Amino acid sequence: MSFLEAVRLALHTIRTQKLKSFFSAVGVCIGVTFLIAVVSIIEGMSQYMQNDFAGKFFPVNTFELRHRPNITIGNVTEEQWREWQRRPRLRETDIAAAVRNLPADVAWTPYSADGISAAYGNLKPKQVQAYNVGADYFRIKQLKLTAGRVFTPQEDALGANVIVIGKDLVDAFFTGIDPIGKEIKLGPIPYRVVGVAEPQGSTFGISMDKFVIAPFRSPLKRLTNRQKGVIDAVMIQSPSELAMAGNMEIVRESMRSHRGLRPAQPDNFSLETASGALEFFAKIKKYLALAGIALPAIGLIVGAMVIMNIMLVAVAERTREIGVRKSLGARRRDILAQFLVESATLSTVGAAAGVGLGIALAYVIAAVSPLPAAVAWWSVVLAVAVGGGVGVVAGVYPASRAARLDPIAALRAD
Amino acid sequence: MSTSADLSVTAERRAVTGARGAAPGREWVIVTRGIERQYDMGGEVVRALRGVDLAVRRNEYVAIMGPSGSGKSTFMNMVGCLDTPSAGEYWLNGQLVSTMSDDALAQVRNKEIGFVFQTFNLLPRATALQNVELPLVYAGVGARERKERAAQALEKVQLGQRMSHKPNELSGGQRQRVAIARALVNNPSILLADEPTGNLDSTTSEEIMRVFETLASSGQTVIMVTHEPDIAAHARRVVVLRDGVVASDESAEAYRARVLGG
Repeated sequence: MSFLEAVRLALHTIRTQKLKSFFSAVGVCIGVTFLIAVVSIIEGMSQYMQNDFAGKFFPVNTFELRHRPNITIGNVTEEQWREWQRRPRLRETDIAAAVRNLPADVAWTPYSADGISAAYGNLKPKQVQAYNVGADYFRIKQLKLTAGRVFTPQEDALGANVIVIGKDLVDAFFTGIDPIGKEIKLGPIPYRVVGVAEPQGSTFGISMDKFVIAPFRSPLKRLTNRQKGVIDAVMIQSPSELAMAGNMEIVRESMRSHRGLRPAQPDNFSLETASGALEFFAKIKKYLALAGIALPAIGLIVGAMVIMNIMLVAVAERTREIGVRKSLGARRRDILAQFLVESATLSTVGAAAGVGLGIALAYVIAAVSPLPAAVAWWSVVLAVAVGGGVGVVAGVYPASRAARLDPIAALRAD
Repeated sequence: MSTSADLSVTAERRAVTGARGAAPGREWVIVTRGIERQYDMGGEVVRALRGVDLAVRRNEYVAIMGPSGSGKSTFMNMVGCLDTPSAGEYWLNGQLVSTMSDDALAQVRNKEIGFVFQTFNLLPRATALQNVELPLVYAGVGARERKERAAQALEKVQLGQRMSHKPNELSGGQRQRVAIARALVNNPSILLADEPTGNLDSTTSEEIMRVFETLASSGQTVIMVTHEPDIAAHARRVVVLRDGVVASDESAEAYRARVLGG
């Protein structure tokens, strides 16, 4: 009997026993549903982290010079923490030294940020993220405006009281009014709106549009970093990933000589890249992937046991049929193939249904939660292969029992 | 009748040569030599067959009879290649099958033997046509040719109009005719019927016996196992087993005269 013949026979048997087939395939179906859904969520988060999240916090090919790492991976030891505390803070006076040897194709900006309260007229003040940055910030972040303009080099150099605001402030303060030229109070300091930034969307359900961007030297810096002369970071963007690696070394050497570090002494500053943030995520992803394997695996094991059970029952019920087939010339391997293919087909059908359900589930989760979904094609292939494999494994024992039946005894069965 | 005269001549010659004289080959489709079969039933050895010698010519129509416990079922399983003897030789259509492996026996069953069972043994979820196709499936015949040949076989037993019916949509007689079509579809050397009328009423039994009669006259070798003397009397030759050996082997006329009193 050919393979195709066996598949056709199996499909026929499945069709004629719809309810029983449904119950036998449901375990594999659920396992595969979870497999697809979990993989697509992990994949979605991962894509999100790389393209979106990392991009929002770390522009491409950009690293930051900081006092200590902003994003820490795992637990920080007491000793490490104390070492960070001993480090000198990053100051405005470090900026020129840090960037002095960088090539001309590099864009850089000092950077300080903090949450502050913004008010307009008599409206309820709004909590926003305030940034003190240089004019290159817009280029580095590829931040485009929907209205107005960015600050001019003069405004930047002089530290004028001008801001570019995020969309949430427009919604809060300027419904039906042109925000350009209006005055917003950041803490006690009045600022004039010169531009509105393009909407940035949200990350994990948190709006990315609640911000104001002011020139680095403007008075806001008293609020974004309360220690006089101290800044959060210097953002440095290189034209390529390769150039970034080289530029990091240039900044490292410049900073070391600026601070008079001897070769044996470690850096007393940090150079942080998006890969740091991504490394952190990679660690989360590992645990998620473990859950992503465990959950479907349990489903598939249960599914395999159900199928094995159902196939044993099927062999017992169809002993007479097996006897008849043997009397008509079916060899052991024909009977073996028949039941193996039936079991595999059953579970593959279940797996296929699970693929559909899993994709649907992934999109439902994506719709009702901030988690994005990205159905990975390899997970679909894997799911169907694993589903079929489960059927084969579960079918081996029942099928070999069927194949070994004595035709005379089988023909005599009820 | 001239046929009965021929048969009595055959019977006489057999009396002279005996089964041991028959050489397996073209003329003798079945030759068994000293077939024995023992079962171990919980430590007790049961000798179901104690040396059966039988030779059947091509085109013969033989009834095998015997009371229960005579070994007739065991012998039928041997002849049908469902079982192998503990001792002795069985030649089927020139092949020594008594020493073959399971899978080789399966292929012999597929090619050489057409089974007709008392309980029909049709697959309940398959149509008449699909049931008849089964032996061809295991013979590796392609789908189109299979359908054609199965349809032809069903036409032969006057079931051309019932091909797409499932067994439970057919009468007992029709089911048995489907089974006969299935038995014949791969052109077997022997048609082996085990109590073929056991589950049928007398009218339907007659109808089925007429089918066998037609097949036998057209040259099909038929071996029929039965315990009913009037069914056995339809055959041309009657072999009676008792206690695992051949007790009598005679023409149907002789059997009728002896057992049914003419």
